[in-house]
Amino acid sequence: MEKRFIYADNAATTAVSKRVLDAMLPCMTEHFGNPSSIYKLGRDAERAITDAREKVAKAIGCSASEIYFTSGGSEADNWAIRSAAIRLGKKGKKHIITTNFEHHAVLHTCEFLEKQGFEVTYLPVDENGLITAEQVRDAIREDTAIVSIMYANNEIGTIMPIKEIGEVCREKKVLFHTDAVQAVGNVPINVAEQNIDMLSCSGHKIHAQKGTGFLYIRKGIPIVNLIFGGGQERGRRAGTENVPAIVGLGEAITAACENIPAKIAKVSAMRDRLIDGITKIPCSRLNGDRKQRLCGNVNISFLGVEGESLLLLLDANGICASSGSACTSGSLDPSHVLLALGLPHEVAHGSMRLSISEDTTDEDVDYILEVVPKVVERIRAMSPLWEDIQNGKENVQKPLKFVSPLN
Amino acid sequence: MLYSEKVMDHFANPRNVGEIEDADGIGEVGNAKCGDIMKMYIKVEGGIITDVKFKTFGCGAAVATSSIATEMLKGKSIEDALKLTNKAVVEALEGLPPQKLHCSVLAEQAVKSALSDYYRRQGIDPVPIVGEIGECEACH
Repeated sequence: MEKRFIYADNAATTAVSKRVLDAMLPCMTEHFGNPSSIYKLGRDAERAITDAREKVAKAIGCSASEIYFTSGGSEADNWAIRSAAIRLGKKGKKHIITTNFEHHAVLHTCEFLEKQGFEVTYLPVDENGLITAEQVRDAIREDTAIVSIMYANNEIGTIMPIKEIGEVCREKKVLFHTDAVQAVGNVPINVAEQNIDMLSCSGHKIHAQKGTGFLYIRKGIPIVNLIFGGGQERGRRAGTENVPAIVGLGEAITAACENIPAKIAKVSAMRDRLIDGITKIPCSRLNGDRKQRLCGNVNISFLGVEGESLLLLLDANGICASSGSACTSGSLDPSHVLLALGLPHEVAHGSMRLSISEDTTDEDVDYILEVVPKVVERIRAMSPLWEDIQNGKENVQKPLKFVSPLN
Repeated sequence: MLYSEKVMDHFANPRNVGEIEDADGIGEVGNAKCGDIMKMYIKVEGGIITDVKFKTFGCGAAVATSSIATEMLKGKSIEDALKLTNKAVVEALEGLPPQKLHCSVLAEQAVKSALSDYYRRQGIDPVPIVGEIGECEACH
């Protein structure tokens, strides 16, 4: 088997596409003007930003005046939630609803607000990594300021019933924010039809550069200024615009949303082949709902295997993947997302996420399907935990219930 | 996070992997919940450790620390083996990232656990010699 190089971590970041780069480069060298300047060079830069804003607005079904460019998804999440909390908290609305498997940009913002006297309800996701609009309805109170629920989960790829949740929030007159960092370009989004008040997006997940993104804020929703200074972003977020990044983002989101159904058809076929092939490995499990799932997401746990070892051996075989193991999370606890599904630590430690894209090929899939079982077998051969599993020891009986049979 | 070349070498080509069927001492430390288990087997002849094998469930650093610890033990007298510290393991690996230092502690404990088992099998109370083997602090 000839060694290949396969980038299967598109949920972490993506390469800047040729199309995006071509759009960006002139903004750095030729049309380098400050958009606030009066002369033509400046006006051209301003026009480039206006064009990009229109492209972004078109991609998610809103008007350009509702788009605020940011440094990325985390900034947009922070801004949306803190802004709602600051404005509505003053009116006595000091309750926030989110889920227990959000990105840390949302969770840590909520934890910060808890210290400021807010109360946060963390809706528990079910074993498949989904929540329902009914859960949201039941949690909404008189004093609820904002509901923030991710569109699609970054680790297990599950897609939430956003339109229904938005309906409930609209009916109850509560602000609804969604972190759509993983969803943009992978599912058709229309903020008006889906009742979304605020939406966060990151550029580098859709082939724009890192450090760029936007927050959509529906017209009429009051917002707290994020950065004080000049009048950029209608005075909401001061600082000279990152013109090349913004132009790149406009191009990237246009490309990403051009033909989503075709992308879903192509990529999900490869995803399903990966899931079917890899879950043939004994004592494995697919994490996250099989159907309500991003087209490129595969997240599988192997009992008796530790995730970081798995990633290092995959890397040695040319495959870039990620894991929710403690050792890769930078703490001693495995991923909060996998624990939120109710998985025991032993199962969460042995997880592997592959996130493929349109650039992935059938040959890549064949190669991954050849390499993964070998690597898992190699790690298990030296794992005392695997030895316990084979010997039917008591300590492994609970985790065994979460995975496919040994034989 | 960056691993030294030595760590990567011991992870990719671990030395002394396996079991010793007629081992004179077997030690096991760590737990699956924390994501690290090390099991170490030693063979002792005339007070010298003549063979060492290990099995590890854990990250790259866990595999590498156990691998190099087995190399450092082989041929040593029991007395010298008792002096093996986690610091020596880290130095032999040309360093570990700070968040991985607990793996070297686990390796030291695996060695001590195997030596304790050896003493116990000889009918000798290991505690005065080896000391108590605490749980890995990082896990609590």
